[in-house]
Amino acid sequence: MNKIVTIAQREFLSRVQKKTFLLTTILLPLIIFVFYGMIIYFSIKSTENFRIAVADKANIFEGKLNGKDNVSFVFVPNETPESLKAKVVDKTYEGYVYIPEHFSLQKRDSLKLVSGKTVGLITRENIQKVLNNTLEEKRLLSSMQISKSQLDSMQQEQQIAFATVDGVGNDDAKVGVSFAMGYASGFLIYIILFIYGTMVMRGVMEEKTNRIAEVIISSVKPFQLMMGKIIGIGTVGLLQFCIWITLMIGLNLLLPLLFPQFAEQMASQPIQPAGAQAINAVKSSGLIGTFLSGAESINMGMIVACFIFYFLGGYLLYSSLFAAVGSAVNEDPQDAQSLLLPITMPIIFAIVIMTKAVNDPTSGIALFGSLFPLTSPIVMMARIPFGVPETVPYWQLIVSMLLLVLGFIGTTWLSGKIYRVGILMYGKKPTWKEMWKWAFRRN
Amino acid sequence: MSPILELQNLQKHYANQKAVDNVSFSIQQGSIFGLLGPNGAGKTTLLRMITGIFFPDNGNIILDGKPFDPLNDILKIGYMPEERGLYKKMKIGEQALYLAQLKGLTKAEAMDKIKYWFQKLEMETWWNKKVEDLSKGMSQKLQFVITVLHQPKLIILDEPFSGLDPVNANLIKDEIFSLAQQGSTIIFSTHRMEQVEEICDHIVLMNLGKKILDGSVANIKQQFKQHTFSIQLGQLPNNLLAESFTVQNQQQNKLTVKINPGYNSNAVLQHFLQQECLIESFNEVLPSLNDIFIQLVHNSHSTTRAFQIA
Repeated sequence: MNKIVTIAQREFLSRVQKKTFLLTTILLPLIIFVFYGMIIYFSIKSTENFRIAVADKANIFEGKLNGKDNVSFVFVPNETPESLKAKVVDKTYEGYVYIPEHFSLQKRDSLKLVSGKTVGLITRENIQKVLNNTLEEKRLLSSMQISKSQLDSMQQEQQIAFATVDGVGNDDAKVGVSFAMGYASGFLIYIILFIYGTMVMRGVMEEKTNRIAEVIISSVKPFQLMMGKIIGIGTVGLLQFCIWITLMIGLNLLLPLLFPQFAEQMASQPIQPAGAQAINAVKSSGLIGTFLSGAESINMGMIVACFIFYFLGGYLLYSSLFAAVGSAVNEDPQDAQSLLLPITMPIIFAIVIMTKAVNDPTSGIALFGSLFPLTSPIVMMARIPFGVPETVPYWQLIVSMLLLVLGFIGTTWLSGKIYRVGILMYGKKPTWKEMWKWAFRRN
Repeated sequence: MSPILELQNLQKHYANQKAVDNVSFSIQQGSIFGLLGPNGAGKTTLLRMITGIFFPDNGNIILDGKPFDPLNDILKIGYMPEERGLYKKMKIGEQALYLAQLKGLTKAEAMDKIKYWFQKLEMETWWNKKVEDLSKGMSQKLQFVITVLHQPKLIILDEPFSGLDPVNANLIKDEIFSLAQQGSTIIFSTHRMEQVEEICDHIVLMNLGKKILDGSVANIKQQFKQHTFSIQLGQLPNNLLAESFTVQNQQQNKLTVKINPGYNSNAVLQHFLQQECLIESFNEVLPSLNDIFIQLVHNSHSTTRAFQIA
């Protein structure tokens, strides 16, 4: 046991003390932050203003058109097309609409916008929306002979609430947040499995190609060497995650200071430390604000606790398999590719089930996926945000966790046996049949 | 003196061959023991069983009078495998410290011993270097230090001189002798016979998993001697034909003769003395281990086989 700690320590320190660790751990969140900052910045700043002069000779708009985003309208009743053109050329306005006196709403005469340069897609859409909505309203009002307020009340959408028979309300916001969180955490586990799994594999391959394996194996048992490596790299992963989460929370608190408009939106939603990560996840999927209310209705503590459990369980389960593959191959990374296939297949299978599970978290395939240990870290994490015990009953959670623990004991035992033989084998790449023999040979 | 290591009917089978087949021998404490054999003879498998990396299918290993316990006897053994290496990116001092700790030394103990050895082999300035900055000879030296650092009673060196220049090879050789004098036992596995003749007291020759020769170097040479002598004469006699010997080779005044059955070396001398030849030198030609090795291995009609495990 002592030796496992010594090995884990070395694995941990040798990775944490590297420059690349600092770079990926600190720079990556900064880059993500700057990236989102820029998205937000540009979405607020949007494009430059687009002023449109409207010469409404037919008085269709009755001197009133509401601007939208960057588009604004100015009524210029006394201008002619020629004088408007001149004003567009000297950039008093970006464009103009000339509505002749004989223009009629009922005949569907077409309007024409003349601009100095080509109009961008978003601006174009904004202009079309404003003009069409206003014209539609005018047509309705004039043909039905009703007042504006009557029209508004007719057009109002009816609120529809969703609830399950056991009386638990699940409004849109909550389902939306659950979907986003489920997707995000499932995907995160998927990425973790790959990043740290391959890290373990490369570590084992390094020991084998450097020929240090036998030197070490003469002092410690192969199993200790494998477990030390897995634990050491797992700790690196946990540390890296803690740093990322702290950084993201910190930067998110910084965000409102940099973008005051954004702060107004956030001000109404107090941030709780535990919830910040979730808010972050929601934000990163581009669904700000709307979902913040939903985020509060979710049991954040439960999600974080389960996330850590499934992160560790999934990592332990898969990393020992990655270690076994690393021990079996030699210098050639191509060999690793082909041996990795059977390991990556269940992970990819899990992602496929996960995309189904976030849409229908109680379906049979989702239930199977969240119990089967090779897929449960990803699929169960996608289901948990939908609510424990409403969507995921306690028994399912417990069975899934137990199976995962059994699963990683099983894979570690199996991999340990392959590892023990593989680490001392040089020469040709073993076949599946040979590896199978190593795994199930007595002693 | 009791043997430090005793192997009793050791066996290890792989799926389609016997890697080590019923091998028994014992090694006296303080001796330098040579384990010889062609590639694929089963040397590495045997050593891996002695170091606890493999479990024997059958037979016993007695270390220091007690059955070998791989978990607790690690400190008694220092093993330098043939396939050896180090972490390339790790600093040398840290690496030595780490490997010593894995053997079970505390950090302080390990530090003391590393300092002692680094001073002895003039390696102090290396502490903060990385292995990738070392030449092959230097890293071999480091590997040797790591192997003997914890003062093991039994030191196992598999091809320790491969890749070493003569200066460093001599340096390591001297260390091996002084370790043996201090009471450590050294098992030395190689197929380089001239080194074995120079260093080892006792050898075992293996082929195809079996022990085919066991004894001290001097005894074995006696056992395989061809009764040939080389004679340097002042002038050649008129008559080179005698009943007592046959001339095998003649280079000017130097003869190599084989004594015929029923005679001894004195009969040869007598023959030349009677012809009043001046005898400048007369000595027995003993076969080199290399000759014995080739003779034995060749006779067994073995072709080297690849090491295989599955």
